[in-house]
Amino acid sequence: MHLLGSAFVISILAMGGLGFGFAVMLAIASKKFAVEEDPMVEKILGCLPGTNCGACGYAGCIALAEELVGKSAPVNACVAGGQDVADAVASALGAERMEAKRMIAVVLCRGGEAETARGAAYRGDRTCAAANITGGEKNCAYSCMGYGDCVDACKFESMAMNSNGLPVVFYDRCVGCGACARACPRDIIEMHPEDRRLFVFCKNKDRGAQAKKDCKVSCIACGLCVKDCEVPGAIELKDNLAVINHDICPQNDVPTRRCPTKCILFGEPEKMTSEAGQPAGLAGGWQARASNSGRL
Amino acid sequence: MRIILIFISAALINNFVLTYFLGLCPFLGVSKRFDTAVNMGLATTFVTTLTAVTTWLIQHYILERYNLLFLQNVTFIIAIAGLVQLVEMFIRKTSIALYRSLGIYLPLITTNCIVLGLALFAALRDYTFVESVFFGAGAGVGFTIALIIMSGIREELEFADVPEVLKGAPITLLMAGMLALAFMGFAGLLSV
Repeated sequence: MHLLGSAFVISILAMGGLGFGFAVMLAIASKKFAVEEDPMVEKILGCLPGTNCGACGYAGCIALAEELVGKSAPVNACVAGGQDVADAVASALGAERMEAKRMIAVVLCRGGEAETARGAAYRGDRTCAAANITGGEKNCAYSCMGYGDCVDACKFESMAMNSNGLPVVFYDRCVGCGACARACPRDIIEMHPEDRRLFVFCKNKDRGAQAKKDCKVSCIACGLCVKDCEVPGAIELKDNLAVINHDICPQNDVPTRRCPTKCILFGEPEKMTSEAGQPAGLAGGWQARASNSGRL
Repeated sequence: MRIILIFISAALINNFVLTYFLGLCPFLGVSKRFDTAVNMGLATTFVTTLTAVTTWLIQHYILERYNLLFLQNVTFIIAIAGLVQLVEMFIRKTSIALYRSLGIYLPLITTNCIVLGLALFAALRDYTFVESVFFGAGAGVGFTIALIIMSGIREELEFADVPEVLKGAPITLLMAGMLALAFMGFAGLLSV
């Protein structure tokens, strides 16, 4: 009985003593290593999408949350989140709500496998970034190379490669983060406000004859859209390419009517993809590449 | 001499990760990027070394003296948890970016089998104080080496054409297996 009692007491003392020792050590350490952290940052972070897409221009959602708390970023700074996130941030901060301008990605090339001429074989790494070093397989040096760097870059699973070897944006899911535009080594993908309807779907700066030889749907710089546009100067020819000044160009289909290669198009985002010969939505036998969510 | 042998044995020949298969969770979880892997390795090495010191003191001055060996697991775990908490506070204070990149794996050092494993091994093999410290440091260094090699391979793997079915966890585990095979080459070099 006595032995048992002493074992009890010693155990309790030993465990208690150890626990007490560590508790004191941690208490001192917590005072010494105390970090001031604004609980607001955590709250704002909860409002943001948390995908660290970088569209806002900050290093990640945490960085943006800190800027938002410090009032150095507007409440609608999160591009990917849209109006819901802007409202949530505004109410959490007690700030005035602001309109979120939705941006969408537009793929400005229609030169898929069927439309373009090929003059080279490429056996390297199947990424656009690598293929661009040697120029890819297509003759057109400005076209989509079709290896899907943009699709891999999309964190929101809103892009896929279609059977024609061109990337397609699912506009119901695109949040406008711009990751695809940054991933494209040829700057074919551009970010635009969603109310824009008129685009030149070509980046080819070669002369008309050469451009036409390389791709059936290239801009041959004939200048018909420039002449037809209701506002003079809203569409200009630069380096054998029609360039739209979106700020002054009227949003209608007048410039598109006489385009011989149908590379300037007017329509809804979905309609733009369907006019480019692609069905909208996931249907239609699109070969969706594996999303980046399952990758290492 | 024996000290050096114990260190090398713990780091390479009987590498905790690749021959004992201890501590596989951070080995797979934090080996995606090289610099994070290095920092995780250093944090773990710090914890293993301190653990070796603390648990040796507990083992010899409390458990053995008062016949309390039945409290070994509990006391060791308390010591490890306290030390990890300390490291966590320290890293948070010194580098908030590192704190965030390590994420959940930092507090999970508490339950890293390497840490408790080395404390129990050291007690089992009756190491002296100095031997125990070097054993702990060796275990940490071994873990760091494994983590660094793995992160290097995985960074290269990002550019490799991995078959669709093997992407993600499968290829990582395959790589871990091959690394373990490679470390088998050290077996029999010496036995401590």
